[in-house]
Amino acid sequence: MLERALSGSSRYYKLLGVLLTLMAVGLAAYLIQNERGLTVTGMSRDVSWGIYIAQFTFLVGVAASAVVVVLPFYVHDVAAFGRITILAEFLAVSAVAMSLLFVMVDLGKPSRILNIIFYPSPGSILFWDVVALSGYMLLNLFIGWNALEAERKGTCLPRWVKPLIYVSIPWAISIHTVTAFIYAGLPARQYWLSSIMAVRFLASAFCSGPALLIALCCLIRKYSRFDPGKDAIGKLATIMTYAMLFNLFLLGLEFFTAFYSGVPSHSESLKYLFIGLNGHQNLVRVSWLFVVLAAAAVVLLLNPGTRQSEKMLLGAAGCVFASTWIEKGLSLVVAGFIPNPLGQIYEYSPTLPELIIAMGVWAVGFFILAIFYKITISVKSEAAR
Amino acid sequence: MEANRRKFLRIGGTCALGLGTSKVWGVFAEDFEKPAENSKALGVGRWGMAIDMKKCWEKGKSGCRECILACHTSHNVPDIGNRKEEIKWIWTEKYENAFPGRLSGLEPPDLREKPFLVLCNHCENAPCARVCPTRATFKRPDGITMIDYHRCIGCRYCMAACPYGARSFNFKEPREHIKSELNHAFPTRESGVVENCNFCEERLSAGKAPLCVEACKEQNCEAIIFGDLEDPESEIRKLLAAHFSITRKPELGTKPGVYYIIQGRGHA
Repeated sequence: MLERALSGSSRYYKLLGVLLTLMAVGLAAYLIQNERGLTVTGMSRDVSWGIYIAQFTFLVGVAASAVVVVLPFYVHDVAAFGRITILAEFLAVSAVAMSLLFVMVDLGKPSRILNIIFYPSPGSILFWDVVALSGYMLLNLFIGWNALEAERKGTCLPRWVKPLIYVSIPWAISIHTVTAFIYAGLPARQYWLSSIMAVRFLASAFCSGPALLIALCCLIRKYSRFDPGKDAIGKLATIMTYAMLFNLFLLGLEFFTAFYSGVPSHSESLKYLFIGLNGHQNLVRVSWLFVVLAAAAVVLLLNPGTRQSEKMLLGAAGCVFASTWIEKGLSLVVAGFIPNPLGQIYEYSPTLPELIIAMGVWAVGFFILAIFYKITISVKSEAAR
Repeated sequence: MEANRRKFLRIGGTCALGLGTSKVWGVFAEDFEKPAENSKALGVGRWGMAIDMKKCWEKGKSGCRECILACHTSHNVPDIGNRKEEIKWIWTEKYENAFPGRLSGLEPPDLREKPFLVLCNHCENAPCARVCPTRATFKRPDGITMIDYHRCIGCRYCMAACPYGARSFNFKEPREHIKSELNHAFPTRESGVVENCNFCEERLSAGKAPLCVEACKEQNCEAIIFGDLEDPESEIRKLLAAHFSITRKPELGTKPGVYYIIQGRGHA
């Protein structure tokens, strides 16, 4: 099946060309970082994680695209999702691949990354997260690939794949939970020390994953002969709507506890984000952009008229994706470090090399995605004929 | 042919799986609390420190930084020259930063303005060691929080976990920034790893007190007292039994091993 990735339209080649160029530029920046150390980034001893770990966190969420389709299709027989399960699974594969790469580029000593496996530490959540993420990536790769092969041959799914599919459902819940636990178990960081963190991660995952999947489905319909189906997109929109509302509700809960209790350490990071703390307001504008985008998403999604129009739905998906990106892919991680454990404020802004490396990793993910989607669409349009 | 290849793959796969499991088995079967050989020989329960800040301010020369200098020179701590990437094992902070949330605003001006010595607390329940994905940061049976510079992958999870900001990361090659004469008896570090105070374990194993303690003693100040927290007869235990002391963020349950005597000796 792999050979289908090698032949395509000129538009396909152009896309791969652009992605390869971005990857090359990212790699060049990464080589500089590797040579000079993490000093080329905006991170500091006070804000010791930045955009890399934030992207990792956000992209683990995007990987939920698979479970929101797989669960209804295989457990509840929602037939409409049959056309897009493979697309959803491959999106999860590329999202997790990006997550793992973001952990990799964040390391001070990347050459020692295998120490996580050589000296496994059951007490460390990061260790479990690497296990959970790699497992989830492999599961989706196996399931997606075998489902596609079955489709090509016109047979039904091999029997041994079924148990893997059922395992993949709780496994999907585990990746968000374990990623949330990285944050929620640290006594030093009051902003993260919240027991609803795992639920918040699940909620934002269940809206950001479908948001990207909706956009990709629309693109596929427009540029290929394969139609993922209006029904599937509509159902994804419903899931995204509920998840987004729940996501915002949970964020609201954090505000209540922080401000009604009046405990300073609970509210300082939120104050830093939304009004600035002691005159430091690097993230205030982007936080309010989050509010505007989230509000726009809610209005567009709750109104049936706009939700059912494809253009408006795309806009809403864009708002959901961008707002969850701001919240999980930037402010959650950075604000956890502000103020620092000594009550001092040192701000963070990513540097150019840091942004270029991050862009390179995103390009790797979309490259993987483009190849998988090309294969999938070729197989599916052949099978349709 | 087809059947043979399938058989070969099956046997090969099973063998590979077996080899893989042996590694996993090792993880759970391993004894995590293997005592270091040296510490038993010293017969120590848990190393700890008491700092009498009032004594430091009153008996020490003004602006005294001897303990910091002694530590940083001997441990080849680089002087990076910017706050963002600073490496420090022991340094000073204001009361409100060393003990955030404790400020009433009506303390004696001394307490609010004068410097407090801060360093790694060598917590009994150390979050940094708990979160380390490679066990590069670990607790020794004698209470010291140590880091293996050769195992650390530089993920900085420990820095996110430390409630005292006591861990420093080498954002760049530190060796070019060692301003003092190189101490060949102590390892330098590389770019990309985390480091922190080691309670001078290299001196303890030779039966000597930590450098900051010695440096303070040389100033005829003796504001820093070091000893075994589990031995009721030790100097430090007697001192802590006789004077009111506080630790940093006790509410977090980390059980710090560094105590601050507020109502100084001779003032009680």
